[in-house]
Amino acid sequence: MSTWDNNPVLKVEHLTMRFGGLTAINDLSFNIGRGDITALIGPNGAGKTTVFNCITGFYKPTEGRLVMNRSNGEKHLLERMADFKITADAKVARTFQNIRLFGGMTILENLMVAQHNPLMVASNWTIGGLLGLGGYKKSNVDAIETAKYWLERIDLIDRADAPAADLSYGDQRRLEIARAMCTGPELLCLDEPAAGLNPKESLELNNLLQYIRKEHDTSVVLIEHDMSVVMEISDHVVVLDYGVKISDGSPEFVKNDPHVIAAYLGVEDDEVDQVEEEVGIA
Amino acid sequence: MQARQKDSLLVASVKDSLGAAVITFALACVMIGLRVDVASGRGAELFLEHRWLAVAVAVLVVFAGRLAMNIFFWKREDPPSLNLSGLMPKGGLGAGSSNIIKYGLLGLAVVLPFVLMFWLGARGSRQYIDLAILVLTYVMLGWGLNIVVGLAGLLDLGYVAFYAVGAYSYALLAHYFGFSFWLCLPLAGILAAFWGIILGFPVLRLRGDYLAIVTLAFGEIIRVVLLNWYQFTGGPDGLSGIPRPSFFGLEFTRGEGGFASFFGLDYSSIHRIIFLYYLIFAMALFTNFVTMRLRRMPIGRAWEALREDEIACRALGINTTNTKLTAFALGAMFAGFAGSFFATRQGFISPESFTFLESAIILAIVVLGGLGSQIGVVIAAIVMIGGFEFFREFEEYRMLVFGMIMVVIMVWKPRGLISSRTPSVALSRNAKGISADLVQEGHG
Repeated sequence: MSTWDNNPVLKVEHLTMRFGGLTAINDLSFNIGRGDITALIGPNGAGKTTVFNCITGFYKPTEGRLVMNRSNGEKHLLERMADFKITADAKVARTFQNIRLFGGMTILENLMVAQHNPLMVASNWTIGGLLGLGGYKKSNVDAIETAKYWLERIDLIDRADAPAADLSYGDQRRLEIARAMCTGPELLCLDEPAAGLNPKESLELNNLLQYIRKEHDTSVVLIEHDMSVVMEISDHVVVLDYGVKISDGSPEFVKNDPHVIAAYLGVEDDEVDQVEEEVGIA
Repeated sequence: MQARQKDSLLVASVKDSLGAAVITFALACVMIGLRVDVASGRGAELFLEHRWLAVAVAVLVVFAGRLAMNIFFWKREDPPSLNLSGLMPKGGLGAGSSNIIKYGLLGLAVVLPFVLMFWLGARGSRQYIDLAILVLTYVMLGWGLNIVVGLAGLLDLGYVAFYAVGAYSYALLAHYFGFSFWLCLPLAGILAAFWGIILGFPVLRLRGDYLAIVTLAFGEIIRVVLLNWYQFTGGPDGLSGIPRPSFFGLEFTRGEGGFASFFGLDYSSIHRIIFLYYLIFAMALFTNFVTMRLRRMPIGRAWEALREDEIACRALGINTTNTKLTAFALGAMFAGFAGSFFATRQGFISPESFTFLESAIILAIVVLGGLGSQIGVVIAAIVMIGGFEFFREFEEYRMLVFGMIMVVIMVWKPRGLISSRTPSVALSRNAKGISADLVQEGHG
């Protein structure tokens, strides 16, 4: 029994996603441990992003259950919730493989939009704020403070009033993570956060993720191809291939797992049948 | 291998112009050269007239015109059209000059009726105050549509439907129940907002072109219903005798108890016009005030975020359904207010006033002014509506002149007159506007 099975923040149970005749994910089960950094890896087309889209409600799974256990004891069945409710109520935030910032809005505004829900409540769904009732002003200041806190974490405080589209690629990646954190998530899903980053930016990202894990009540699950990131920061690695889990364990365990090596590097011709049988795709 | 030698500017231009002249000749021979006419002197007999001179003139005009355009514009390496922006005044309005324009226009709008009265007298100024009322109505409509198109990025081609709902709400409530203008004004806004939500629901999933088509259809449905529901709306006959607004209960009438006698003035019909002017001015300012305030609130930021990226909005926990519906409802509400004002000003309304052309003009004002820009809408409304009236002397060429002005503006400033976005919140005092190149136009 590993640590991530004791107190999982998210339990994925028998998740299956079919697109017409194509089975993108087949009977996938794994746990994401509370406070862990979990990496979801696998070759191209293994179904990693599909898993993310199911968790965050952008796809409705064909079968299976996704149980989010919040730290306050609430349980949410994500497969039944609308996508925006998953972020708003179940506190699962995500970033995108192709960055989706609000390019025409400033960096500060991007972080303010992320705090939409608490601000809407504080402004009495706009009416109180429009009439200038007290609560909204204070919440607005608090929201700016939260935004400033994250801007300092990602070193963009000096550029707070610049449009997000003006940022360099690495800064945009970090801003997207900061924006997701501004929703106050308990589970943060990052889709290839290190893609296109240089080694220095990659290192900054590692530090940011470790900071998030340490200082906030947020578990992280990330899809990544960059093995240096995966091996260095993750506590738990789940490997997918063709929509099936082929390995699940600590980075050390996964690194030496013959199935993983086979999936990534291929195997000798005479071993193909044997490996396929073990993996269950024969 | 030698590249094929390029013809010199003159040779290339002449060749091209000759080609155009030949095509013109072929077309003009039939279309201009031959004319069938009814001979007036010889009964109703048809006869064929040859007009070779006209053909020659047409060919010459095309040849000369095309040659000139070729030499000076099309065949040049550095066409002046590219440099047109350079010739125009620099558009990058700083915060300072933008503020000067803003407060200048505001001040002008406040004193306008009195300046006109002083200058032209009651009789002479009436026409211009009327025009100013019209411009302000369109400013208000533009500001209302700006919420939907400029902020939320939902292309709405049927905006005039809500204007019609507002106008008919007041006219019908006054007709059947005898409600006064001041009671009907909020009711008209609420009803229009309600219809905005009704339109909003089916189009929630649509984006861009599809959204535009459905909203266009919605606008036409409203107009056709008003046109055909004869027993209720009077159909094409319209509704007349719509009550005029009162000034806190004082009617603008001659004699005892009227506005003029209460204030001890001589009765003049201009009083009501000036009152209407200030009424629409206040309503437009209210629209602007609410919009500007909403922009700085979570809902306004959510609208703009929706314009930028709807999927990212959903990932941040924003209920995009409600956000879109509030944009539709608020935009429609202001159109409803403007509609009831229109009804009370005209005293007569019919479906004729709510054709697609109105929607197109309002949208043109918003696009020309710069999507999302409040002051841009004002300038565009003055240019478009004011210009439209001023060019009345050109009669049938009015549309031509008007079209050319629009083309020039769009070449000069493709993203509208004021094409920078002011951040809704900033840490530093001197935050710069965001260039329109970075801002999404909103296609759904």
